[in-house]
Amino acid sequence: MASQTIEFKDSAARAAQAAQTGGASPGDDLLDLHGDKLVLNMGPSHPSTHGVLRIVIELDGETITKATPDVGYLHRGDEKIAENMTYNQFVPYTDRLDYLAPLANNVAYALAVEKLMGIDTQLPPRCQYLRVVCCELARISAHLLGLGAFAMDIGALTVFLHTFTEREKIYNLCESLTGARLTTSYTRIGGMTRDCPPGWVAAVRKFLDEVVVNFDESETLLTRNRIFVDRTRDVGVISREMAIDYGLTGPNLRGSGVDYDVRKAHPYLVYKDLDFDIPVGSVGDSYDRYLVRMEEMRQSVRIIRQCLDRMPGGPDNAGKEPVNVADGKVVLPPKNKVLTSMEELIHQFMIVTQGVNAPPGEVYFGAENPKGELGFYINSRGGGTPYRLKIRAPSFVNLGILPAVLPGHLMSDVVSILGSFDFVMGECDR
Amino acid sequence: MARFSTATPERSRPLPVPTSLELAGQLREKFGDLISEPLEFRGEVTVTVSDAERIAEVCGHAKTALGFDLLLDLSSIDNYGEDPRWTVVYELSGIGHGRHLRLKTHVGEERSQLPTVSGVWRTADWHEREAYDMMGIVFAGHPDLRRILMWEGYPYFPLRKDFPLAGKPTVLPDTAFTQPAPLEGGPFVTLPGGKDSAAREPRVRTPEA
Repeated sequence: MASQTIEFKDSAARAAQAAQTGGASPGDDLLDLHGDKLVLNMGPSHPSTHGVLRIVIELDGETITKATPDVGYLHRGDEKIAENMTYNQFVPYTDRLDYLAPLANNVAYALAVEKLMGIDTQLPPRCQYLRVVCCELARISAHLLGLGAFAMDIGALTVFLHTFTEREKIYNLCESLTGARLTTSYTRIGGMTRDCPPGWVAAVRKFLDEVVVNFDESETLLTRNRIFVDRTRDVGVISREMAIDYGLTGPNLRGSGVDYDVRKAHPYLVYKDLDFDIPVGSVGDSYDRYLVRMEEMRQSVRIIRQCLDRMPGGPDNAGKEPVNVADGKVVLPPKNKVLTSMEELIHQFMIVTQGVNAPPGEVYFGAENPKGELGFYINSRGGGTPYRLKIRAPSFVNLGILPAVLPGHLMSDVVSILGSFDFVMGECDR
Repeated sequence: MARFSTATPERSRPLPVPTSLELAGQLREKFGDLISEPLEFRGEVTVTVSDAERIAEVCGHAKTALGFDLLLDLSSIDNYGEDPRWTVVYELSGIGHGRHLRLKTHVGEERSQLPTVSGVWRTADWHEREAYDMMGIVFAGHPDLRRILMWEGYPYFPLRKDFPLAGKPTVLPDTAFTQPAPLEGGPFVTLPGGKDSAAREPRVRTPEA
């Protein structure tokens, strides 16, 4: 067997050699390896982009020097569509914004139109509590997916299976509440399509007891997992000032240590009566954003429990509390009244054919959705359709910071950063 | 290891916090007639900046002196058939004082241009690109004013009121495919007994194929 001597020089030996050969630095032989920068196209169809985000990445070796996100692959023109239909007809389109939390979108949109009409303070208490329960269920559902997919993208597949077990239960709750698992379209201007069905409140309570166990299990798999911590800690650090400057909202902003939550800063529905905390991070890295989401889910459970306890009319509405505004010109009257009473018949006809009549004016309403502040700017010139409806999509704004965050990181960190941002392209592209 | 804390919302802010109306008044004191009388509707305060060329200056002052550090949203409105045709709307929010203020400014169609505020808030970068993409309003001084939702080279501005809801036919850039996608067009024909699954499954099969 022929033997071969392989000379291995450690760094000290290389330095000594460099000193002998006259001052050339030890890395000189490596400099030849530096060639042109490599431009890498990531997406629009890439597992970690959770949809159709394309990022053009310029690499120097494995280090990113420039990142240019390219959005719009899912653009459907929702804002244009909204100008051409009545307010209630747009509710199904809001399901398809952040399709991981359709209930929260429905509520945010309904509240925006109700603010324009000046009836947001007249909503019956049962409606408000029910809407908060919907929002928080949607938050748990969205964060469960966000965390599961985040962990899966950086190699921890088990978490995904754990969180999806619980999401399935939320979908079942959605189905019994609204009739649909994903495209809920639950709200109407001035209320809801229907009250919650008998036994639903008990089912939610049972779910809450089960999901907190799941949080603990998922947390055991991640929070002190060495691999997970190494992949997320000090990765994608966003400073407090930078986060505000780029308009981040939601867990991404709070991960950077800003305690701005619309539910506290500008309370809507019954949030001001509820007792909950806003988790904030201290470093602003991927790990902080993960921790914030984890804690937010626990706080959501806390909120839902309070709402279920206080819901007027009791779980199955024995007190016959209304869930809709008592205004026949806003909410569809009951069918038996429509068939027997002239006034209700006219109202029904007007609402269906012309839409609810909003006054001229303009409002902006922002709600704390799972991804951040989902805002609707509605410019009305009177009548049943908006003159202009602008959707402030949190995912769109949050992605705007990528060109500033990605450079300097390794290629493999992109997946970690994208996962921690938890965006949804349906909402980003509208 | 306390990596995060659950903060309570009660910030130790000195009371009283100026209301949005007072903040709008302060803006008027500084800029005079440039800022219109504040309008209040549904608890929100709107002021109009009469000269769009000075919007960046007003926004810069609102951020540095009045504490509006968060630009929530930037929208554009097409007042089709009216003059001036464009309205640009800025939703300002202050994280410290929790107040909201809406700034509006009008831009004529023949000019269709106003200064960028991306130097004031970096988040305005993408918002302005969107307004340019959808309405065709140009933001002078923007670092990278390209289309954002539609593709580069798209000839129309779809949110304008004179653009039809059904859209207009356009030529797609030919970079994506050199031939029709497998499931584009039709008729879809299944070939029984093809040599592999790709040959058997339903695909567009034209007579010559």
